[in-house]
Amino acid sequence: MSGVPAVVLAAPGTNRDGDVAGALDLAGASTRIVTLAELRDDPKLLDAARLVVVAGGFSFADALGSGKLFALELAEILGEGVASLLAAGRPVLGICNGFQTLVRLGVLPGTSDAPAVLAPNAQGRFECRWVTLAPAPGRCVWTTGLAGTVTCPVAHGEGRFHADAGVVAALEADGQVALRYAHDDGRVADGAYPANPNGSAADIAGICDPTGLVLGLMPHPENHVHTWQHPRWRRGDARGNALDLFRNGVRHAATS
Amino acid sequence: MPGVTRIERAALVFVRAHGPIDRDRLVGSVLTDPLLHDATWERSAVVEGGRVVETVLHAGVTDPVAQAVTRGARLIGMESAFDVATGTRFEVYGTVDDDDLDRLIARLLANPVVEHAAIGCIEPYDTGGDADGDADGDVTPVPLAGLAPADLAALSVSRGLALDPAELLVVQAHFASLGRPPTDVELEMLAQTWSEHCAHKTFRARLSWADGTPITPLLEQLRNATDTIAAPWVVSAFVDNAGIVAFDDAVELAIKAETHNHPSAVEPFGGANTGVGGVLRDVLGVSARPIAVTDVLCFGPPDTDPATLPAGVLHPRRIRDGVIAGVADYGNKLGVPTVAGAIAYEHGYTANPLVFCGCVGVLPVGGHRCEPQAGDRVIVIGGRTGRDGIRGATFSSMTMDATTGEVAGASVQIGDPIVEKGTLDVVLAARDAGLYHAITDCGAGGLSSAVGEMAAVLGADVQLDLVPRKYPGLAPWETWLSEAQERMVLAVAPDQTTALRAVCARYEVELSDIGAFTGDGRLVVRAGGRVAAELDVTFLHDGRPTRELVAAHPVAPVPHGERTVTDAGATLLALLGHVNLRSNQDVVTGYDHEVLGGTVVRPYGGAADDGPADAAVIVPVGAVSDRAAAIGIGVNTRYGALDAERMAWSVVDEAIRNVVAVGADPDRIALLDNFSWGDPRRPETLGQLVAAVEGCCAAAIAHRAPYVSGKDSLNNEYMGNDGQRHAIPPTLVIHALGVVPDRLRTCTSDAKTPGDIVLLVGRTLDELRGSHLDVVLGVDAGGAVPGPDRQAPARYRRLHAAIAAGLVRAAHDLAEGGLAVAAAEMAIGGRLGLALAADGDPVVTLFSESNGRLLVEVAPEQAEEFVELMDGDALRLGTVTDDPTLRIIVRDVTIDVPVATLVQRWAGHVPGLQP
Repeated sequence: MSGVPAVVLAAPGTNRDGDVAGALDLAGASTRIVTLAELRDDPKLLDAARLVVVAGGFSFADALGSGKLFALELAEILGEGVASLLAAGRPVLGICNGFQTLVRLGVLPGTSDAPAVLAPNAQGRFECRWVTLAPAPGRCVWTTGLAGTVTCPVAHGEGRFHADAGVVAALEADGQVALRYAHDDGRVADGAYPANPNGSAADIAGICDPTGLVLGLMPHPENHVHTWQHPRWRRGDARGNALDLFRNGVRHAATS
Repeated sequence: MPGVTRIERAALVFVRAHGPIDRDRLVGSVLTDPLLHDATWERSAVVEGGRVVETVLHAGVTDPVAQAVTRGARLIGMESAFDVATGTRFEVYGTVDDDDLDRLIARLLANPVVEHAAIGCIEPYDTGGDADGDADGDVTPVPLAGLAPADLAALSVSRGLALDPAELLVVQAHFASLGRPPTDVELEMLAQTWSEHCAHKTFRARLSWADGTPITPLLEQLRNATDTIAAPWVVSAFVDNAGIVAFDDAVELAIKAETHNHPSAVEPFGGANTGVGGVLRDVLGVSARPIAVTDVLCFGPPDTDPATLPAGVLHPRRIRDGVIAGVADYGNKLGVPTVAGAIAYEHGYTANPLVFCGCVGVLPVGGHRCEPQAGDRVIVIGGRTGRDGIRGATFSSMTMDATTGEVAGASVQIGDPIVEKGTLDVVLAARDAGLYHAITDCGAGGLSSAVGEMAAVLGADVQLDLVPRKYPGLAPWETWLSEAQERMVLAVAPDQTTALRAVCARYEVELSDIGAFTGDGRLVVRAGGRVAAELDVTFLHDGRPTRELVAAHPVAPVPHGERTVTDAGATLLALLGHVNLRSNQDVVTGYDHEVLGGTVVRPYGGAADDGPADAAVIVPVGAVSDRAAAIGIGVNTRYGALDAERMAWSVVDEAIRNVVAVGADPDRIALLDNFSWGDPRRPETLGQLVAAVEGCCAAAIAHRAPYVSGKDSLNNEYMGNDGQRHAIPPTLVIHALGVVPDRLRTCTSDAKTPGDIVLLVGRTLDELRGSHLDVVLGVDAGGAVPGPDRQAPARYRRLHAAIAAGLVRAAHDLAEGGLAVAAAEMAIGGRLGLALAADGDPVVTLFSESNGRLLVEVAPEQAEEFVELMDGDALRLGTVTDDPTLRIIVRDVTIDVPVATLVQRWAGHVPGLQP
């Protein structure tokens, strides 16, 4: 393989590492899955990666809150190196549990005094269902230039984006809101369940950091990179293939 | 409870540090999130205006939160050693006395099987029972010499052996010939190995009818059916943890289903949780990566009056909610999609719920090795061993009663899917690197069963002191028999153990080397420097006397009531809203059915993602072809008591019909049988079982669909405090695993396009006995249970040719509720109307549940070609309409219901079912 070198990080309990590795390879990357134990043995494993993904799942069973221990582990292993995740100018993606982990690490939203959290879903339970995402204009390298909506499943119990109103407004103003939950026709969900599947503030499904390089999102774009994965393709509706999102990241990694 | 105004809940974390700690940092960085939680180190035994109840998990019960606290504290630099326990605090406000609180604790707040509760503040570390001392226990001889059959029976009861006196007499004679008594380790090991759960005594028994006519042993009948069919694509049937079939040039598929009935009755979450974990390990035990989970669940009615429950029985709603949460927790956390299942509610399951968990896996062609070599090391990987799950195999082979929850507490385990995920990753990496000669899972009987099976030819010599334990104090027999979860046993060449250790390190999985496969045919188990067991493996595996049982022909109950339908539309709505037929989407959305990215047909789909699928379709990880795997289920909880043979035929036909409907090739369908039955020592119960097995075999041979694995769970009975035995309805679950030739040529049930033609394939007979029509009418009005349709196998092959040719826009099987319900479900899925008309007796035409039938939607310009392909076996009923109304006219009877009303009844709220 001669694709762009990418690393997918997996902790004990991460389970969509293989899914996202497949999507990255389809988008032109050459992906290696690195476990926490391997990273602890050799933190330099990240050095060669032009793109890093923190994959979804249930790291450490979500005990003490989703992403909590994964973030503590990364903070200890990388130390000041957490910053080096970004320093190389490479795109970083956190999906679902990976998003939760990047938020716990403080990488997202990435503005020092603006804490956010992914709280338990408003309906109080884990849910798996397909959702529509509307890219918001902004600075995110992963979502800029996407032609239309992205359709893919959510599968989480703690995905309600929550922050103080001022923080949310600042994220919107600074172009850090990358993806919003929307209706099938692309209109923003405006809080309506199940289009907004968890009660997230301002329908926020994904945010990026101030550089636009780091994207975190709750839904699983890695599970819609083939037409046949779409639940309604037999009805002539196969909109929202997410492969372009991965292509954006890989393309940016190749040229940065 | 009228006095209760509200209940507040808080998580309790007890930390006992053996040195200085920074409490504020522990709270701020590890225990809480400041945006979401408040935390305090203070708690009080009383609150203003209410009472306090606290619960804490028993020591040894899997507790990922406690593990996480320990790990998190270390990560933030706290060096001190810790003890951590977790629990829950409830503040119950209102006017409640101690009796009220005790009832609340028993019914709602705590399950004594896994946790204990106190009114006021609980003391977390005095959890009792576990640490008898720091030293491990000893091996004890159990004298059998001179014991009469009655004494042996008493011994069987007191030790929970679940062995017959005839079997114990053989054990007694064997040890008499050795000139010594068995040790407790040997006796317990024999009891597990010879248990109904492990040895399938009834399915292997010598059977006859009451008049002396012999009956071919049941397992032999099922194997004969597979041999008769002689499908060249069956790779492995009945010999291993799971069946294996060919798939494409790169991979094979494995399939297995298990029951976890008794554990789910006493600890629903843990029972179902470990049921999923166990069947995943069965599939891993044939070196396959799990890619799909199924669950078929049978409960008492959700509206059961609590006052009518037998003593010691949990309410069906509590069982259901716990079981569903347990299934979801394991599959979701492990990252395997839960894609197919069914839920049935019947009074007969109130005290004895059924939990069937199935799993499909994928492995490289020829990727499973199972030949230990003399000199190989006996390697255990995964979780640690504790006192959980002791005697599970014998527990599940016994009748339950009011005390079962207490005495069997140790038989129930809580799973740890994260440990299993790591174990899975290790096994797959080790498989691909060729690091083991053989593998099996630790299921029923624990190490005793796993090592015992692997050493069945070579023998083995193992040292129990090397088995990692959760806590000290286990007796050797407990270590050997424990059914602690998430463990696999591998036979590894000595020069490969280092490489395997490196793989384990990558995934943070514990490995222990506990001995060797010797080649001398002896199984030697050592503990504390002495021999705890020394058994001849031939005696262990083949020494059990064959059971002899007599069957009586089953007699159907006397019918009652009349089958009168006055308003067909209202009857249809009653059926759609019935708890057994209504949408289970609120359950299914709690399962991750998308992880691994291979899901082509999911449980619900269509215009609004809420129409029911007949079967799931999955693209296996690593497949190189365009093929996909279809997974379908057949189950009927009503027919068995009326006509067990027809029930079995119907269930096989339904499972096959379901996978054919989504696009599977009828010449590439493998079956799996799971029987849950009452006590087969009662001749009528055995007679029903014999009839069902005969129906199973006849249907499989007719369809040329072989069985590749199966499992039976007998003795599903409950001894009520009324002194009566309560047996479950005879229940057979059939899984069908089919190959779909092209993942782009699959079918779903939702109506697609207005103007399309709707056709019925198959013939409708007056087969309404056991129907859900009778259920909603509250009668058992007699007549025939749906019987064999000899034309169905040929019909399914023609229909498949039409689907493969791209002629079929939608297909939906007819099952409970017949044509009317199937048509309604197509309309719901498509949010379109159907205008249909048929001739025949209206009640039969609309509601009969005859086998072998499907509704099919075809484009008008292709209808003629379709009918030709079906050789005329397709009846035009009408069209799909833009007008969202379901209209069915049969002679003078008309159903005319807006689709919105159908949706509301089918998916709407049902009393007693929480959203």
